[in-house]
Formats: sequence, structure tokens, C-alpha cells
Amino acid sequence: MINTQDILETINMIREENLDVRTVTMGISLYDCVSDDVDKLCANIYDKLMTSAKDLVPTAEAIEKLYGIPIVNKRVSVTPISYIGGKAGPDGYIKIAKTLDRAASDLGINFIGGYSALVQKGMTRGADALIESIPDALAETNMVCSSVNVGSTRAGINMDAVARMGRTVKAAAEKTADRDAIGCAKLVVFANAVDDNPFMAGAFHGTGEGDCVINVGVSGPGVVEKAIRRAGDCDFSALADVIKKTAFKITRVGQLVAYEASKRLNVPYGIVDLSLAPTPAIGDSVACILESMGLDVCGGPGTTAALAMLNDAVKKGGVMASSHVGGLSGAFIPVSEDAGMIAAAEGGVLTLEKLEAMTAVCSVGLDMICIPGDTTAETISGIIADEIAIGMVNNKTTAVRVIPAPGKGVGEKVEFGGLLGYAPVMRVNPVSCEKFIARGGRIPAPIHSLKN
Amino acid sequence: MKAVITVIGKDQVGIIASVSAKCAEHGANITEITQSVLDQYFAMIMIADIDGLKADFVTFADELEALGKNSGLEIRCMHEDIFDAMHKI
Repeated sequence: MINTQDILETINMIREENLDVRTVTMGISLYDCVSDDVDKLCANIYDKLMTSAKDLVPTAEAIEKLYGIPIVNKRVSVTPISYIGGKAGPDGYIKIAKTLDRAASDLGINFIGGYSALVQKGMTRGADALIESIPDALAETNMVCSSVNVGSTRAGINMDAVARMGRTVKAAAEKTADRDAIGCAKLVVFANAVDDNPFMAGAFHGTGEGDCVINVGVSGPGVVEKAIRRAGDCDFSALADVIKKTAFKITRVGQLVAYEASKRLNVPYGIVDLSLAPTPAIGDSVACILESMGLDVCGGPGTTAALAMLNDAVKKGGVMASSHVGGLSGAFIPVSEDAGMIAAAEGGVLTLEKLEAMTAVCSVGLDMICIPGDTTAETISGIIADEIAIGMVNNKTTAVRVIPAPGKGVGEKVEFGGLLGYAPVMRVNPVSCEKFIARGGRIPAPIHSLKN
Repeated sequence: MKAVITVIGKDQVGIIASVSAKCAEHGANITEITQSVLDQYFAMIMIADIDGLKADFVTFADELEALGKNSGLEIRCMHEDIFDAMHKI
């Protein structure tokens, strides 16, 4: 017997509070595509993707209808391409990127992730060639997303790779200068990257995964915000309970969708990612959740504490709702993809330094932040190093996705459109870290990496 | 298996008749009807047994949605599992 109030609550969450499933992502292993001939490798990749994911979009659309819940994105993640590129040089890697893009387009999916390399300790020739190709690959494709893991709690930080990624981010911006540096919106630099992340731009199909898997990312910042506002002036214990109960309901939808997609596609269910993922739409903002907790504007004093509590309560509520939780699982704070963050940044309340502090208590990092076009590669590397250090020391995933907008200065607007949104260019501390970045080598792993 | 059909909009003559007719056409057996108010709108909730559904669920849901659009109403047809998942432990 279904209760009328429960039905109305669910309908209201979908109609008014932007409840949706953010993504159904199919992870596909490409290990069996390897070949010493790049053209043969590309043909194998295309065939494998078209075979494995041919039913992904129609199946997700049928599930949307069955449960009346929007599934915003249908995506594919693949084995980090640097593992399967073999002896390919940068040109060969660009061919692979174009193959991924063509398959994504033919499959009707939104993004394909996994144009990636993991170089936290050292760099193979394949990883080197892939990183070299990233700016062109992102400029010449539409749906390919790239990520590079440059640090981990176990390995420390590969500072050569950090320096390289500063230059790569700059080059990606320059190669797509005519499109507001969109290349940088598809490039993430990670610490402790996870194998089963369904969210872009950082998704890849990790090495310990099976041949094919379904991962689901939930959403629902609007639902949490409205629940907090309805709860009124309660204390933090009561507030945590409200968030937990709401997160439970949101996650159960994700679990249901993951289970159904797995059954229909005959592909194992991997994980549900409990992240609260905002969109630029009004009423779908993580910043507005923090403001509903009592902050005047996100970014002011109290913001980090509010976010820490939110992040923890979302996990506690969500973990019981799903049989396997994984991915990033935390609140996202991408500036350009969150109406409240955009407003706070435009008002000058939310700064890069405050965002960095916030990333210490949530997932995932400095995300979708536009910085002045004349920011040097070394400064970008410095920003990356700081963020990766937070991830390394705190045993968590952190990432940097900054956009040095060519020709633009502080306060000017960068427009990406769609879910990527728009953002004001934010101020970067101008003090040089050139000598620090030029040292190269590795920052040793922290003492608490020695757990055995 | 049951479907939950919700009709949201301005109350008008013939809502139950038209939704019932569509259910009958597809072989969905209405077992319960209740009315409520959602955000100052009239909300009718029908529970229908869909074990004998003649078409597939998506076609049934699409036709109900289209029926709503033609009468200025929002009609949703959702599988009961989403409500059970969200509200029962």
C-alpha cells in the first residue's frame, strides 16, 4: 500500500526540486582491443564500444519512463587510454581520441571519459605521449574527457607531472581559445583518482574493474535545500537528520535505476555514487544548500563547517540506501555549474582560497573555476600542487579543473553553455612559485601512507 | 505490478473518465483513486494494476502524458517501485 503523501512528496521532488539521476555511466574495459597497429587498435575500440554500449541510451530512456525520473546523462568510461596505446606517439593518441569521439556520437551518449593517464609515481612512454596529445585531442573532439592522476597518498606527488600539467592546461586553453577554452572544462588533474567514478570529466574504467559495469551518479541538491528550509530553525543534530533522510531517498532512486539498468543490459552493477551534483539551473545548487543552513552567502565564515556537515550527512544517509557505494561520493562544488557559487563568486565573497579550504572537506576539488588568461603555467602548477597535497595528506580524492580564459581578466564572464554553465573569472594570487615548481622530482608520500 | 498515475492541474469535468478510458483501452485495472492538493493544484492519484497491460509500459505512459497535454493537465504514470524504494526501508 503506497501512502498518498509519499507519492506527492516524490512527485514534488521531481517537479519542483530538480530530483534526477545525474548519470548512468557504463564502464568498458578496452584491454582486449590492444594492437601494435594504431589503426587496428582504433577499429577494435570502435567495435567494442559500439557492441558493449549499443543499448545504453535506449535502455536508460526506457527506465526514465518506467520510474518517471529524469536520467540527465548517459555516459561511457573506458580503460585509461595510456594503458592501451602501446607504442603510439602523440599523433596516434589523437587518432584514438577521435575514435572515442566518433563512437560517443554514434552511441548518442553525452560524454566519454578515460582519455587518461596515471602518473603519480612515474611516467611511462605511453603516458608521456598521451599527455603530450591532450591539448590537441580536446580541441579536435567534442565529447572526450581527459584526466591525469599526478599524486596519491601511497605514492606522493609527481612534481614533474604537476609542472607538465600546468603547461598542458595552458595549452588546452590556447588551442580552444575561440570557444572560451572549453578544452580545459574537459580536463581534470587528480590526486587519489578512483576507478569507478561515473562523473565527468574525471571518469575512467579502472584497472581492477571487470569487462563492463554500470555505475550510477545521483543528484538532488534542490531536494536537500528545500528539506532544510522546511525544517526551519532546528539545531545541527536535527539538521543532520533531515539531510540524512533526504539523502537516503535520493540514493534509493539511484540504486533502483542502477539495479534496473544492470538487469536490462545484462551488465554487472558496480556502484552508486552519492555525490550531490549541482547544475546551473535555479534550485539545483550546493551553494544554496549551505545558504539554507544559515549562511548569508556561500564563501563567508562558516562555509567550510557547513559543507563538512552536509558532506558527512549525505554519506551517512546514502550508504544505507545502496548495496555498493563508490565513486567520488561527496558534495561537488563546481563554480560554473552551480548558480549559487556563480553568484557568490560574482559578488566577490567566494574566493579561490576559500574554495581550496572547502575541498578539504568534500569532493572533489577546485572545479570549473575560471582564472585570468595571463595566469602562468607555473602558477597553475602551484594551484594543482596545493590541491593535490590536500588529497594526498587527507587520504581523499582531490582534483583541479581550472580554465585560464584566454584574453580575459578578473570579473569577465566565460560561457560554456549547457550543464557546464558559465562563470566569472576569479582572482589568482599573483605571487610567483616558479622556482618551487622548477625543482621537479617527487614529493615523498606522507608517513601515514605506511599502514601495513 | 502496479502503476501510480498522478494527474495534476486545474480540476475539470471528465478527468477520471478520460484517464479511466485510457487505462481500460490498455488493459490497466484501476484499483484505487484518491484526491489531494499539491502546491495549490488539484492532484488525483490512481493506482492501477498493470499485470494485464496490452502495450508496453512506455507506450502506456506516453499516451497518458499526451492525454494530459491535450487537456492542460500534467499526467504522469510511474512504476510503483520508485515509491517503495524511496519511502520503505
